[in-house]
Amino acid sequence: MRGPFIKTLVEIAERDPRILLLTGDMGYMAVEPFSEKFAERFLNVGVAEQDMIGLATGLAEAGYIPFVYSIVPFAVLRPYEFIRNGPILHQFPVRIVGTGGGLEYSTNGASHYGLEDVGVLRMQPGITVIAPADYEQARTALLASWNLPGPVYYRLGKDDRTVVPGLGGQFELGHVQFIHQGTDIVMIAMGSIASEAVKAVESLATQGVSCALVVVADLNPAPTADLVKALSSFRVALTVESHYVVGGIGSLVSEVIAEGGLPCKVIRCGVRTLPTGITGSQNYMLYMHGLTGEQLAATALEALR
Amino acid sequence: MAPIKFDNRESGNWNMSTQKMVTPLEIRRIILEQSKRAHVGHIGSALSIADLIAALYESVLHIPDPDDPERDRFVLSKGHAALALYAALFLKGWLSEAMLNTYCADGTYLGVHPERALRGIDFCSGSLGQGLPIGAGAALGARFQHSKRRVFVLLSDAECDEGSLWEAVMFAAHHHLSNLIAIVDLNGQQAIGYTEQVLDLSPMAERWRVFGWDVHEVNGHNLTGVVSTIESLDTLTGSPHVLIARTVFGKGVSFMENQIKWHYWPMSEEEYLQALEEIGAA
Repeated sequence: MRGPFIKTLVEIAERDPRILLLTGDMGYMAVEPFSEKFAERFLNVGVAEQDMIGLATGLAEAGYIPFVYSIVPFAVLRPYEFIRNGPILHQFPVRIVGTGGGLEYSTNGASHYGLEDVGVLRMQPGITVIAPADYEQARTALLASWNLPGPVYYRLGKDDRTVVPGLGGQFELGHVQFIHQGTDIVMIAMGSIASEAVKAVESLATQGVSCALVVVADLNPAPTADLVKALSSFRVALTVESHYVVGGIGSLVSEVIAEGGLPCKVIRCGVRTLPTGITGSQNYMLYMHGLTGEQLAATALEALR
Repeated sequence: MAPIKFDNRESGNWNMSTQKMVTPLEIRRIILEQSKRAHVGHIGSALSIADLIAALYESVLHIPDPDDPERDRFVLSKGHAALALYAALFLKGWLSEAMLNTYCADGTYLGVHPERALRGIDFCSGSLGQGLPIGAGAALGARFQHSKRRVFVLLSDAECDEGSLWEAVMFAAHHHLSNLIAIVDLNGQQAIGYTEQVLDLSPMAERWRVFGWDVHEVNGHNLTGVVSTIESLDTLTGSPHVLIARTVFGKGVSFMENQIKWHYWPMSEEEYLQALEEIGAA
């Protein structure tokens, strides 16, 4: 998603001189379309993420719309308190772009995984949290949100090619995307792992199970009405995320069900254990945490039994 | 209980008090009066910067109006001394006496740490180590806009314990942010100890110098010295500037000076009367 996201940002920056791009020394082979075109509006601030958020806060007060870029844990977790006291508390239009949500940094290991970013940011009122499922949706989401008055967090995947079938790049602030109808069970996915959820839906279909699929890309403020609508006709919902099961889409769906008093059981598929020690490819890591399409289908079948 | 409704930033009806001289004495008087009325602490930290705030708001900062986009920016990074800043905003005529008297009351905009919702406050603060990165961003923004406005950041000395501060120190020097002026309130004291014993920061001036800043050591209670030093700075080209301002924690009140207790402690009636007398406001 990084490539199309940055290309879209270039299009926006051509129209709006307030757009700046800061990076914490990340984005090789990703940020160049911007840095080459707008050298004077691009800045590598060094490996200093706290400073980067502070700089963006000061720049936003001067009237700019600064985008700050790093890998998810360095963009969100290292400077978390700076994000809270800076862009969020001031309600400034700072855009935090985290790349490689979930387990995407594969063999780089636990330090590079982004498994709690949505949780810690969703907890804060006053920041829009967006986790696109593919590059087409990343583009649409950016076009829909870059000019919001308050801060925005974009959780991007590294995959610039895979498209989630049925999504068609749709995105609307405050809403979810219903991409597959079903009657037996509903799957609710966040982020690029939605493509695994699609595989699970297809697998379930061959086994006679009709599974609906919903993609949630706008997580904060919560798209509550749409989620109630998505959940109200099912007795079992499976949430799917490359994120800890606490704080992300599994938690959000549980909150909506509990607050709405909906008669629906939630199975949270996500990361439940510390991903330390053993590492491997993303597919391997997804498998280790029960998040491949086949495993998700098996979990759904088990839930319906 | 519903919050008390005061005029806020959006109301546009603010010029309710008349402008007075921003003097160290008036700032100290207000610090003591409001701390006593609200029965809160942070008195020593506020007294420590009374002269610096007077210098800034009476003579240095170019602020034709608190909403003028071309005004100088001020970040009180040691946000816990906000009462000294509120006093200056009141004396400038940007804050009514009624508003000032809500300090730390239920529903007030004047908490212990400053909030941008209050007109005259450019940035929220209260978490140490965040003011200089924000100030550097504000200075960079001014540079991008070819503006001559300056950014002042008032830091505590113990705040220099924070690693994030040094990230901004390096950034500002690398990018020659000559429109950024930091002032370190070097009172040698932190929340529950003396800096020398907790985490020695000496030689403070040398640390900033080797990081590429233009360093000036001043007496932080000498108004004319502070003002003339700032007036001498080249804020259009060259390095960012820092004033290492030697100060006395609790300055002006003998029993508070250099005493750890007065970081947090509120005053009794007797202490209050003695303090007023000592600063010459009785």
